[in-house]
Amino acid sequence: MKRKDFLYLSGMGMGALLLPNLSAFGTPIDPLQALDGVDVKIKKELADVALNAAKSKGATYADIRIGRYLNQFVATREKRVQGVANTESYGVGIRVLANGCWGFAATNNVTKDAIAKAAEQAVAVAKANAKIQGEPVQLAPQKGYGEVSWKTPIEINAFEVPVKEKVDLLLNVNDVAMQNGANFVNSVIFAVNEQKYFASTDGSYIDQDVHRIYPTFNVTRIDRESGKFKTRNSLSSPMGKGYEYMHARPEDKITGIVTRYKGRYDMLEDVKEAARVATEKVKAKSVEPGKYDLVLDPSHLWLTIHESVGHPTELDRVLGYEANYAGTSFLTLDKWESKKFKFGSDKVNIVADKTQVGSLGAVGYDDEGVKCKKWDLIKNGVLTSYQAIRDQAHIIGLTESNGCCYSQGWDDVQFQRMPNVSLQPGKEKLSVDDMIKNVEKGIYIIGDGSFSIDQQRYNFQFGGQIFYEIKDGKIAGMLNDVAYQANTQEFWNSCNSICDESDYRLGGSFNDGKGQPSQSSAVSHGSATTRFNGVNVINTARKI
Amino acid sequence: MAILSKEEAQAILKKVIGYSKADFCEVGLNGSDGGNIRYARNAVSTAGQISTMSLGVSSTFGKKTGSATINEFDDASLQKVVKRAEELAMLAPENPEFMPLLGPQTFAESNTFNAKTAAMTPDTRAEMVGKSLSVSKAAGLDAAGFLENATRFNAIMNSKGLFAYNKGTNVSFSVTVRNKQGTGSGYVEQDFNDLDKMDTLALSKIAASKANGSAGAKAIEPGKYTVILEPLAASDILSNMFRGFDARSADEGRSFMSKKGGGTRLGEQLFSENVNIYSDPMNTEIPSATWNGDGLPVKRTQWVEKGIVKNLSYSRYWAAQKNVEPIPFSRSVIIEGGTQSLEDLIKSTEKGILVTRFWYIRSVDPQTLLLTGLTRDGTFYIENGEIKFPIKNFRFNESPVIMLNNVEALGKPVRTGSGLIPPMKIRDFTFTSLSDAI
Repeated sequence: MKRKDFLYLSGMGMGALLLPNLSAFGTPIDPLQALDGVDVKIKKELADVALNAAKSKGATYADIRIGRYLNQFVATREKRVQGVANTESYGVGIRVLANGCWGFAATNNVTKDAIAKAAEQAVAVAKANAKIQGEPVQLAPQKGYGEVSWKTPIEINAFEVPVKEKVDLLLNVNDVAMQNGANFVNSVIFAVNEQKYFASTDGSYIDQDVHRIYPTFNVTRIDRESGKFKTRNSLSSPMGKGYEYMHARPEDKITGIVTRYKGRYDMLEDVKEAARVATEKVKAKSVEPGKYDLVLDPSHLWLTIHESVGHPTELDRVLGYEANYAGTSFLTLDKWESKKFKFGSDKVNIVADKTQVGSLGAVGYDDEGVKCKKWDLIKNGVLTSYQAIRDQAHIIGLTESNGCCYSQGWDDVQFQRMPNVSLQPGKEKLSVDDMIKNVEKGIYIIGDGSFSIDQQRYNFQFGGQIFYEIKDGKIAGMLNDVAYQANTQEFWNSCNSICDESDYRLGGSFNDGKGQPSQSSAVSHGSATTRFNGVNVINTARKI
Repeated sequence: MAILSKEEAQAILKKVIGYSKADFCEVGLNGSDGGNIRYARNAVSTAGQISTMSLGVSSTFGKKTGSATINEFDDASLQKVVKRAEELAMLAPENPEFMPLLGPQTFAESNTFNAKTAAMTPDTRAEMVGKSLSVSKAAGLDAAGFLENATRFNAIMNSKGLFAYNKGTNVSFSVTVRNKQGTGSGYVEQDFNDLDKMDTLALSKIAASKANGSAGAKAIEPGKYTVILEPLAASDILSNMFRGFDARSADEGRSFMSKKGGGTRLGEQLFSENVNIYSDPMNTEIPSATWNGDGLPVKRTQWVEKGIVKNLSYSRYWAAQKNVEPIPFSRSVIIEGGTQSLEDLIKSTEKGILVTRFWYIRSVDPQTLLLTGLTRDGTFYIENGEIKFPIKNFRFNESPVIMLNNVEALGKPVRTGSGLIPPMKIRDFTFTSLSDAI
């Protein structure tokens, strides 16, 4: 990328500074300054300073994360570029165990002196907190890996693609939307690069280069006469990929009543359909409330999996560490200990996987130096495990961590975050059309919408982007005002059939929030189209 | 030290403006200094101390604007950030929504700063958390909470002579207390500018009392009920509506404030006659800055009077399009109430439900502002003016617009969440399903 391109496009007014949460990601920079990264040898030297300083002050364990976090936002509205920003956040976070208690300190002054001082501060915090600490921290053993590295397998670095190319694409997307009946359209490309270096007193020096990308848009159609307006968001998924994700191929398209996308995304095609769908939604009929069989597309189901399976299987929530914020979990330890808690029907197999290629949560090692892996959470419908990190592993009898520790930045302490949690596809051949043929009274839902779930993850309500009524095995037209409510355990036990591997796709989020102060993380959830029988659907239409 | 005085901030901003060669230059400077303690299972889990300061420069040639920020403050760095913003501006396309800079404005002196809050230390925080833990430990309950304090300053200056400065403090505390059996849970949340108003001991006792009182909750049928919303619950649900007082989205037809056939609902009776909503940065209970990011003075503004929408918020650009005065929105939203306490509202209720707080509120339909979410941490059945028994949590599907049309009584406003909000008695509030969550 030429410097001139960046200068031209990042100068498009103060809009860049108006982008939501920009400050959380760092300060705007010229990306050329950051793409090169910092020499690994220098990072190792700095890491050793921290580890030695911590040990000399009495730490029994220490780790350091040297992080350079790059983000790029390109945001447009109709014919206008609202903002282009490149941001960088660079610094170190040091975590220690002293007197059986955690301590943490961070600095953006990346010098040996400042790092040594931060390490000492972290030890001081640990010792101060140890005075009111209960049980001492028990850390699962972890072998040192020596000097290793990992990189997201990308083909095109999104930060090296000229910003002009992204702007041209987005303005083209907006133009297509307006030409096809939209009254308003916003479109965004958001790219992330985490250059992370981790070292610990276990003897690991881990250098990682993580990439993610998220293209999205929102189309609004207004009917002035009736005063109604309807929106449709993109059916894209944020992915752990490079800019190649934006180069659509025919084999990545799932055809059907609406085209959906698998490995790569066709933003122009999607926005054209979105404008059409938003127009249809203005005229669609309102749903009759009642019990329906739901056929849920992966572009929708990922969010239900995230909320009703991903969160309740977080061990820190089970134990109460999130009680004051995100809540606890109905999947208490006794249910896991029984080895027969029927979370879902026999068809329900759900895995946690930090290694899944293309997923948002894929890394080689987590933020406490544990090599990532895949494991079962729900096996044939039965709860088998949780998501644990090093200081929790002993609680569920593990001799090693599951490797799902993460921090959103160098200046935030790492803690247990959700790995990719995915529903496994059916083992028998089954297409979406085959599934719909067997539904008498149902609703086919595509795309994610409104979402809400209680603090222990029992009762939930989900909306969606597009709703099609199914009558006697056929699509009977579009519906409005649809939301379904269920209890997590009843819902997953009503899982009747799952399409096969050929329909399996990833959905996900860049912004899963948890912790105080709150941190966000990115995570993917895979599934094939899945049917749930007899789910309660409500009508959400109101008059004001 | 990340907190600069008015004079120190002015000196840096003047220096930066002095480096500018652009037609117009705007500079913003802000800093924050504070710390936090998080605890769970009756023990501290994390603690931190954070100090930051940053500078942003926006340079304009004609209608072409560029911006850059930096967090180093030596002369060379300040010159560099100005130069970078000017380079960006010269290469930028024209911004069709560019507005000329404001000249000098007169701002009232805010009352957002409190010296005692600014002087908080890790020891102060530990002592306050210790008081909270003493309650839960003595009662055989489990506490999980979060205490955070910060001092912040913001200053802006532009090349047309505008300068504004504000310094403020804040201390916030929340705690969830649960019984050991996991059958009862209580919660409190409070924030103030003034540390002396924060009593973590008393607040934790309320949470503990709710934890014990909510154990053994009974299930009752979902449906429409008279509810008494504690101020936190009312604030939870109404904060979504306050963001909708934006004239542009209403004019564009994509807001609950849009009118059928075009136009906005400004001047319409949208709520019950006993609903009065205003904002006032000088309110002593919930003070806020007296200027907004554009440099516009923020003044007392009546948004709703006797249920009629009196004002919508206009940005400078949209105000110019509509030929009206710009009106900045304020975060210090105040809903007028009465003199009745929460207990008085309960006493006057024949049958109803008391809600401590809501959780996971999400928009279901922006057209009607329909929201869904759940009750949490203390939901009780009221009969003949008394709390009879705890009940299981409900999911609601309700629009705050409908809710404010069904107001039966308002109590004494309390600083909470998004503003100064009274406890509210609302009829026909729609609960759609039950939750087993505790």
